[in-house]
Amino acid sequence: MAKVPVQFTLNGSEKAEFIDSGTTLLNVLRDKIGDTSPKGGCHQGTCGACSVIIDGELRLSCLTLAETCNGATITTTSGLAEGGVLHPLQRAFLDTFATQCGFCTPGMIMAAKVLLDHTPDPSREDVVEALSGNICRCTGYEPIIQAVLTAARANSQNAA
Amino acid sequence: MALALQTFATVKDANTALKSAGTRYLGGGTLVVRAANEGDVSVSGLVRSTDPALSAIEVSGGKVRIGASVTMARIARHPELGSLAMAARAVGGPAVRNMATVGGNLFAPAPYGDFALALLALDATVNTDEGQTPIETFLAGRDDSRAIVTSVSFTKADSLRFLKVSRVKPKGISVLSIAVVLEQAADGTVSSARIALGCMADRPVRAKAAEKALLGKTLGQDGIAAALAAAGEGTAPITDPIASAWYRAEVLPVHLGRLLLG
Amino acid sequence: MELRKDYFADVRKDDLHEIGQPRPRSDSPGHVTGRTAYFADRNFPGMLHLKMVRSPHDHARIRSIDTSEAEKHPGVVKVLTAKDVPHNVYTILILIQVGPEDETVLADGKVRWKGEAVVAVLAETERAAQEAVAKVKVNYEVLPAVFDMEEALKPGAPVVNEYHGQNYYLYDSGECRKVRFGDVDAAFAQADHVLEQSYQSSPIEHAPTETTGCVVAPEGNDRFTCYTNTQAMFFTLDNTSIILQMPGSKLHFVGGTVGGGFGGKVDVIVEPIAILGAKLTGRPVCFIYSREEEMQISSPRAAEKVVIKDGVMKDGRIIARKVTGYTDAGAYSRHSPYGAQKGAGHYPGPYTIPNVWIDTYCVYTNRTPSSAMRGFGVTIGDFALEVQMDKLARLIGMDPLEFRFINAYRDGDMKAHRQPTEGAALIECMQEASRAANWPVAEKYMAMSSYKNGA
Repeated sequence: MAKVPVQFTLNGSEKAEFIDSGTTLLNVLRDKIGDTSPKGGCHQGTCGACSVIIDGELRLSCLTLAETCNGATITTTSGLAEGGVLHPLQRAFLDTFATQCGFCTPGMIMAAKVLLDHTPDPSREDVVEALSGNICRCTGYEPIIQAVLTAARANSQNAA
Repeated sequence: MALALQTFATVKDANTALKSAGTRYLGGGTLVVRAANEGDVSVSGLVRSTDPALSAIEVSGGKVRIGASVTMARIARHPELGSLAMAARAVGGPAVRNMATVGGNLFAPAPYGDFALALLALDATVNTDEGQTPIETFLAGRDDSRAIVTSVSFTKADSLRFLKVSRVKPKGISVLSIAVVLEQAADGTVSSARIALGCMADRPVRAKAAEKALLGKTLGQDGIAAALAAAGEGTAPITDPIASAWYRAEVLPVHLGRLLLG
Repeated sequence: MELRKDYFADVRKDDLHEIGQPRPRSDSPGHVTGRTAYFADRNFPGMLHLKMVRSPHDHARIRSIDTSEAEKHPGVVKVLTAKDVPHNVYTILILIQVGPEDETVLADGKVRWKGEAVVAVLAETERAAQEAVAKVKVNYEVLPAVFDMEEALKPGAPVVNEYHGQNYYLYDSGECRKVRFGDVDAAFAQADHVLEQSYQSSPIEHAPTETTGCVVAPEGNDRFTCYTNTQAMFFTLDNTSIILQMPGSKLHFVGGTVGGGFGGKVDVIVEPIAILGAKLTGRPVCFIYSREEEMQISSPRAAEKVVIKDGVMKDGRIIARKVTGYTDAGAYSRHSPYGAQKGAGHYPGPYTIPNVWIDTYCVYTNRTPSSAMRGFGVTIGDFALEVQMDKLARLIGMDPLEFRFINAYRDGDMKAHRQPTEGAALIECMQEASRAANWPVAEKYMAMSSYKNGA
């Protein structure tokens, strides 16, 4: 079967792959490129574990066909740490015990990053709304909300 | 056979490609890619169009036209769409709203399709290359619809009221949803009413008996009583993990009452 | 939370260095960077995808299976049926001598619940496997099904599982697990009030974010590495060894990282068939439940019914308790005979009652097989017991917390199972709860101790 080319920027580096038409971005990221930080939890758009940032917007990579991402800029959780230094959100998730089994964590961090990119000083309500498409079945929502608020405070202190 | 995607610059070419058996139109992917992921092998090909007209929002005078590829997120943050934005915000979580489209929502089976419900209350027109169809007719015949929806258009109504009832907030799945557009005469009596219900059938439906019962009445406890009593007439609520048909029928008058009096 | 040091000061050391101190978790850095390796993060060139043909019926005889069209489907590499499985009938707890073997890896002649695995298809892509699944033809003769435990126990009910022969698990104690202590009938006759109530629950799905699955890679030397999210690594290893009739030394299991389990990943379901597929094709194989399979196919917590009859005195003493518990195993045992037994071990609750009668049944129905989930056999029982305690307190007009102080077990009390109570802390726990919840109780209860002699 004929392969189709896709080309996009992933976490700052150019990627080009030949894929089967109709392949989801989640499968291309995980199986072709080897970035397994987005997780497949439901493949239905319900759990948010596969969340990535495409051109600044939060998207579900399990429902996005990779071909529709040609030329896009994509961010995943594996690309957040710079030079071994954790992103403030990652640091906050660590410090506030906002992970349990860890499966929802990369998606949660993506949803939180989009929020903080647009709303640096969010209210608790903003955080709840921003994370509302992400399910944590260990039900550790409270520490996760606290982690996002903690990261926002850390950001504003660094900026000051 | 793999699931191949074909992309066309024009709706016309996409419509031609869509004539092949097993082919479905790809909007935001929240319905068709989901179905394919779950193993629905009846979908063998996907077609989409990148025509910019599909992504346009036009508001002029009292008229609104929204392209079929416009996402819920864009409507939710549009300054001129007023209470329609509330219906867009009721769909999914942030990521789903960045993907789900107006066109797609017209095809979303209950308990989804909260946005289409608002369009039904607005008595919108569904536009395709083949012509214009009133939304009520369109929804009733959507299973056989083949032409790509290009846009929806309607007369702006600031009186649109919208309510989504869910157990989880935010981003719960609908127990039911209700959209209402009312016009009132100078004396406060209802001169026209359109009430659309979600989850009270496999797709959004109008509560015709309740609409009729509201005419000439004032919006008070007594005035709406007959409408509430008739709210469930002709409905066939769905049963799913969120609620039973029985429960939905029981709570419909309560929530309709709150929306009318609120 | 404050760690109180005045309770049991004589039996505890006060030189605790770790308890009460925050310590970083060793797995969190991997979680926040997306580096933690879950089983599905393993990918191997040439990996095949396994999909199941499942029963659309609750109870049916299989007249015939035709896989010829599926085998010809492009991309299909292997199609497996019951005859391909070396030891097709198994039961998980056979490892601890809880038999008989009663469950098929792939259905053989009969299906006993809607969703039961019948045929496994291995293909180059997930899509090809899904398409081939649709081409497998199974001819069923639908049989009467039974979904209600009490119906299942009636004479003449359809027999769900022939390996048992009757619709309940036969313990060495008979048709149920039994506890007999004192004379309940005599005590009921003496009681000021007798209250009998029945409680029931529905099955509950764990719904972990990561679905059940495994990735298997042949190592080229007749040995297989299985990356799995099982919560029961060695149970899975040993049961796989039995099912595939392979020595354990040929099986290398890698796991321990689970994307949410809650007890839902203790059944041995995906690994044996995936390893068999890898063995018969010589290719890596992944078998990962879809979300729908996770919700509909994986074992839920069992539905339970609990009937509690209590004899209580006006002064607050419970003098007799009779409990009949029913655990709905669904079509197969899995962990349910153990769950029902745990119920027998758990009743009559943390209370000292001189006359106790307990029967717990493990019942077979044509429902999805149930299994472990957080405190299975106990959680639903506790719900029933504590609702019953509130009802009893109301019946005799007593404060519900004070009522529990009166009946709480304390060190030295003889339990219904003939084990003397030791290390009890219920009194102290309730005293703290009374303070924390601002629910005051009489001073005499605040002065009580789990040490019966007030040591």
